[in-house]
Amino acid sequence: MNIAEAITEPLVRVEDLHTYYGKSHILHGVSLHVGPGEVVGLLGRNGVGKSTTLKTIMGLVQPRQGKVLFDGNVITGLAPHKLARLGIGYVPEDRRIFRLLTVMENLRTGLDRHGMTEEKKQALLDKAFTFFPVLAERRKQAGGTLSGGEQQMLAIARAMMLEPKIILLDEPTEGLMPRMVSQIGQIIDVLHREGVAILLVEQNVPLTLEASQRVYILEKGAVRHHCAASEIGVGDSVIKQYLGV
Amino acid sequence: MTRRPSKTYWIGFSVIFALLIVAPLVLPEFWRRFVTEVLIWGLLAMSSDLLIGYTGMISFGHSAFFGLGMYGAAAALLLVSPPNLWLAISFGLIGAAGAALFVAYFSTRLRDIYFAITTLIFSQIFYVIIFTWTRVTGGENGLIFSRPHLSIPLIYSARFTPTTMHWFVLAVVTASYLFLRRVTQSPFGMVLQSIRENEARTRAIGFPVERYKIVAVMLSGVFAGLAGVLYAIQNEFAAPDFVYFVTSGDAVIYNVIGGIGTLVGPIVGAGFFLLMREVVSRIFGDQFPYLIPLGIIFIGMIIFLPRGLLGFARRWLNR
Amino acid sequence: MDAVVGFLQAIPLDQLMIQTVNGVVTGMILALVASGLTLIFGILDVVNFAHGELFMLGAYMGVIVITATGSFFLALITSTLVIALFGAALQIVTLRPLIGRHPLNTILATFGTSLVLQNYALWQFGPVSRKISEPITAHFGLFYLEYPWYRLLIAGLSAVIIGGFWLFLKFSTFGVWIRATSQDRVMAQAMGIPVPWVYTGVFAIGAGMAAASGVLFAPLVGVDHAMGLDWVLKAFIVVVVGGMGNLGGSIAAAIFISLLESYASIWVGPSLAVIVSFVVLILTLLFRPTGLFVATPK
Repeated sequence: MNIAEAITEPLVRVEDLHTYYGKSHILHGVSLHVGPGEVVGLLGRNGVGKSTTLKTIMGLVQPRQGKVLFDGNVITGLAPHKLARLGIGYVPEDRRIFRLLTVMENLRTGLDRHGMTEEKKQALLDKAFTFFPVLAERRKQAGGTLSGGEQQMLAIARAMMLEPKIILLDEPTEGLMPRMVSQIGQIIDVLHREGVAILLVEQNVPLTLEASQRVYILEKGAVRHHCAASEIGVGDSVIKQYLGV
Repeated sequence: MTRRPSKTYWIGFSVIFALLIVAPLVLPEFWRRFVTEVLIWGLLAMSSDLLIGYTGMISFGHSAFFGLGMYGAAAALLLVSPPNLWLAISFGLIGAAGAALFVAYFSTRLRDIYFAITTLIFSQIFYVIIFTWTRVTGGENGLIFSRPHLSIPLIYSARFTPTTMHWFVLAVVTASYLFLRRVTQSPFGMVLQSIRENEARTRAIGFPVERYKIVAVMLSGVFAGLAGVLYAIQNEFAAPDFVYFVTSGDAVIYNVIGGIGTLVGPIVGAGFFLLMREVVSRIFGDQFPYLIPLGIIFIGMIIFLPRGLLGFARRWLNR
Repeated sequence: MDAVVGFLQAIPLDQLMIQTVNGVVTGMILALVASGLTLIFGILDVVNFAHGELFMLGAYMGVIVITATGSFFLALITSTLVIALFGAALQIVTLRPLIGRHPLNTILATFGTSLVLQNYALWQFGPVSRKISEPITAHFGLFYLEYPWYRLLIAGLSAVIIGGFWLFLKFSTFGVWIRATSQDRVMAQAMGIPVPWVYTGVFAIGAGMAAASGVLFAPLVGVDHAMGLDWVLKAFIVVVVGGMGNLGGSIAAAIFISLLESYASIWVGPSLAVIVSFVVLILTLLFRPTGLFVATPK
């Protein structure tokens, strides 16, 4: 590894997480970290625990063992709404935008918080509409009427309204057309340039390797491989081993 | 693999049973009557436990079953002369079964909350009918009648004495308990408990869940009606107050306090609640609203002790 | 043809009109009570058995304020606010600890609460019912009756409150939070919405609505500790018929059932007219169990 990670405290650190769904032991001691402003990829086949890791970080699922730290502070056990306000954004698999709320109202859910003036809110909205002009057009439409790609953009824009330090992105390209997939790649780039860290769960290997600085590969609920994204290519044996069919 | 209840269980059972037999001989009349009433309300609560504790269906309809048992018995005792004990019981059980069938048919297709609310509303329907059909039911004033003789055909017939009344009630309640215990431990009972745990899975396995629920409601209703019959015989009157849904609420309270899913728990719960009521009114006077502290205890138990007084013994009592 | 004419002539048109007005008036109050109930069920998944008692306490609060100040509107506002706060406290103490547990628990907890509140009222205020006089005693001629303006005022105020709430839901921040929470509780949290407080707020709003209905209705009947019981039953029927959690449905169902009952009372008398609501309930359960006024039956 050639990342100077030991110097600064990572933004998000996950230590030895064991998470269960009922009796199923999903995460067997996952440990990883994301530095400030870093894009980190989390790869693996279906069902290995990638989404569960994100959900555990977000407090949607409580781990039986292990810790989650944010900015050096332990956040395991805190309610999700507190984590959102601390600066963790979450964009789940299948988007989960509020279907019966308008695009505008969806964005509002992230804007209406402590310490936000009207100017700041307007500035954030303008930024979102600049990144996603489509959303500006559809701002009065109900979320459920948007196409899959548009909903994905709304889900990301909504998370951006929280002015997060890190966004947990769960399979953003799933079910999207290739043109949209490259758009997602561009969005991730822009966010990275804005200084937002991203923990990206994906099955799309090329996109992930392109966008991330480091990647972890998960299998059966544990980290099996960890390296800089530049060190591996799509055709590498490591990729074939853990992600091949 | 049959599970045999432990010796300790049967010893405990026998001890308590013996105590209850002896009770009327040693207790002053007030307390004798108290114990008898605890047994009757306990039977009502126990019938409700079959649904709540074993099948996982909360019902607020038991006041209707109780009430119809009561009025059914009243009908037999008023219409047929000389008043006959067994006829009263039969009429009461038939009345309760009828109500149970009605409720079961409509409600068993509904889940959880809907079921609870509709049983509540149905018991109110019965209340309104009984309250307004004054010619038949005596309306607000209820019906008064005389107690039949304790008669075993061809063998024995005599007036009830307080002691024999108590023994009769004890016998009926104990027999009911043993019967319900057998039912809950039978394959039928196992299916009910499986419905409580996971209704969808039980249905997926292939059990006709609705039919099981209907039978459960009917069984529950019949025993609630039996409690109503006993009440009528003991007190010699029937009144619409008992059909008001608050009676169902009482049964549920006894269940929660005593511990659902234990059958005995509700009887203990009834005893505890009625005893507390007695204690509070003795200390603070008749006018004191005993339901305020008791209600708060009830809420507290739901939050902190949801398994009830006997909840810890639930497994053991069901072996 | 003669039979039809005969039939039409037999319909007491003036009574029908009067009962229509009555039905709408009662329906609006019922709608206000039921709205709170269905809101609490839709957002918190709680069947609030104590709702009738909140109605009753609202009415008593109204009595207290009127006796002290003589102002009906002050009573209405004070009662609504005080009981709303009380509702919030109630939810925090008795219902928050039960979040995540089987719904049976909350049904029992609210049932226990209703017992405590009823008996408290009985203890504090005694069994004799109190009366509030109507704030407006003027009447107008409606067919052969002197119809009180006050009844129309009640209907109007109920409509205003419901309408005001609807606007609140649509345009205010908290309203957006409520709607987001009801659609997707998990993502609402992920967006920083303090869902536990949304729950408390919704319960408080429901309680406030019940209290307002209590004050509005009080001049029509006597205020006593048991007045909540009949209303809560009716309200439950309305909520089931309207579709649980469906606000518009409850309002429609409230008016529908009240109208039917008012019409029925022309022929059978008020005490039997309540059977109408039972019949409507049974028919709904048989044919459209998710609610008569729900768009697509599930």
